[in-house]
Amino acid sequence: MRNGTFWLVIGAVGLAFIVLTRLFLTNEYFYFAGYVVIEYIVLSTAWNILGGYTGYTNFGTGAFFASGAYSSAVLHKLPALVHSTFGVTMMPIPLPVMILVGGIVSGAMGLGTGYLTLRLRGVFFAIATLALSIVVQTLIVNWDFVGGSRGIYIIRPALAPISGGYIQYLFTLMTILAVIAVGIARSIERSRLGLGLASIRDDELAAEASGVPTLRLKLVATTISGALMGMAGAPLPYYVTYLDPASSFNLAYAVNSVAMPVIGGMTSWIGPVIGSILLGTIQQVATVTISSALNLLIVGVLLILFVIIAPNGIVGLVRSWRRKRDF
Amino acid sequence: MAPVDLGSGTGETLLEVTGLGKRFGGFVALDGIDLTIARGERLGLIGPNGSGKSTLVNCLCGTLHNETGTVIFAGKPLNGLIAHERTRMGLARSFQLPKPFHSMNLIDNIRIPLLYTVNARPGHHMTDAAIAERCEELLTHVNLADKARRRPRDLTQVEMRKLELARAVATQPTLLFADEAMAGLSHSEIEEILAVLMRLNEEGITIVLIEHIMSAVMSFSTRLMVLVAGHKIADGPPQEAIRNPEVERAYLGE
Repeated sequence: MRNGTFWLVIGAVGLAFIVLTRLFLTNEYFYFAGYVVIEYIVLSTAWNILGGYTGYTNFGTGAFFASGAYSSAVLHKLPALVHSTFGVTMMPIPLPVMILVGGIVSGAMGLGTGYLTLRLRGVFFAIATLALSIVVQTLIVNWDFVGGSRGIYIIRPALAPISGGYIQYLFTLMTILAVIAVGIARSIERSRLGLGLASIRDDELAAEASGVPTLRLKLVATTISGALMGMAGAPLPYYVTYLDPASSFNLAYAVNSVAMPVIGGMTSWIGPVIGSILLGTIQQVATVTISSALNLLIVGVLLILFVIIAPNGIVGLVRSWRRKRDF
Repeated sequence: MAPVDLGSGTGETLLEVTGLGKRFGGFVALDGIDLTIARGERLGLIGPNGSGKSTLVNCLCGTLHNETGTVIFAGKPLNGLIAHERTRMGLARSFQLPKPFHSMNLIDNIRIPLLYTVNARPGHHMTDAAIAERCEELLTHVNLADKARRRPRDLTQVEMRKLELARAVATQPTLLFADEAMAGLSHSEIEEILAVLMRLNEEGITIVLIEHIMSAVMSFSTRLMVLVAGHKIADGPPQEAIRNPEVERAYLGE
């Protein structure tokens, strides 16, 4: 399928999904739970651009995600700040603008950390990104303007810009983000950039020797990956209405955005999508029916099972099954 | 096998290395290496294990950074340039242990240097169709066309070496370093690789062959350079170079 066609198809799928859910589902809780699953589609797709395509394991999803969330918190407080210091009345900033800003902030952070850490390989890169998460969290904890360690209450606007409640609005925005993220991931996969990233994953020295500017390509990957994670985090303050460092930097974000592509399959855009729908839904169902503490246990067990039985994820399983059938 | 034609180089200097030195901590891997390679030459580079042959290639290709010395390639200084920039200037290499892109089929393995080196040069733009055609052509040259859609793991050792060479040649180099392209191959396989290298040389590519297999080096090279413990101890016509007493001592002992 050509790229343009693919964008049209996933755009249509996203639109159909939004319209159908709004037509047939009125239960608020569905949107509340569905939002998280779709958020994970964005996060795991973003993670996979660096982790799956380029072969660099990022354990700092929390840092990029929370930076997006906190940039929204800052923008949320900005009108009040402007009013109190300059006496000028400023319109509240709309959420789509916040999402864009969150993307820029986290994208810049991706570029910066990429520059500092991309000389590291394998487990050392993973440790550096985990450390990044702790550094950013420490900064936020000590930043009083956004509530420090106490956290900050965010009051949603009384009315959503589209019909329905605010949670439906958040759900719609996140679905659009997911469509954009998946579209970008797939375009990269089929492009010159994607082939270059894959050559880095396979053998970085050989890639350089073949003329691939490895550092530049890796920086592109960290920037896109970080920006998408930040965009996924930007609506978080309005989703939770109470933003605090402990929950926004939660390790679950990092663990899940690694686990979902691994379970789904890392070499293709569809892997993270399958992984996050599957794992995200199981987690949401388990939260309601059993307990919320069980989430990470489920992830852990599934991760171990997949690493042992199907190291190439569900996509890998399907491919090898097809190959056997064809022979 | 083509006969040894001494001095097939055109005389024009392609690569000029002066006083190149490289240390790893306290260990001096290369010490004041001077080397001049003329366009069109076939230079054999030999030396016992650990004498610095691969380190020299790594320094010249930008994988490692030499602390001292200057390298001038086709009239331009290379100091400070990183590996992919040198590749784009026309310096290619194959690796001692083949490093194929294992997740891709052979065509994509060849497409990488075409997309990132040939197409990155100013004034060059190959269309997708031209790239596909060139991939096919390069694989045919090394008799791998029938495996074009396979992955590197399906290849034999000799095929892996050929892929390694094809990928290096895809960058359209003026100078090619073949780092032990024949290690571990059988006699007939060595002949096959030598034939490929000879043809590339006839097409105008200057070749530096790093090799342990003396018969191959002797029949291929128009000039021989011998490295021992990071020093150049001989440089000249192959028959003369190996009769050099220092070389005999290095290889056979006192």
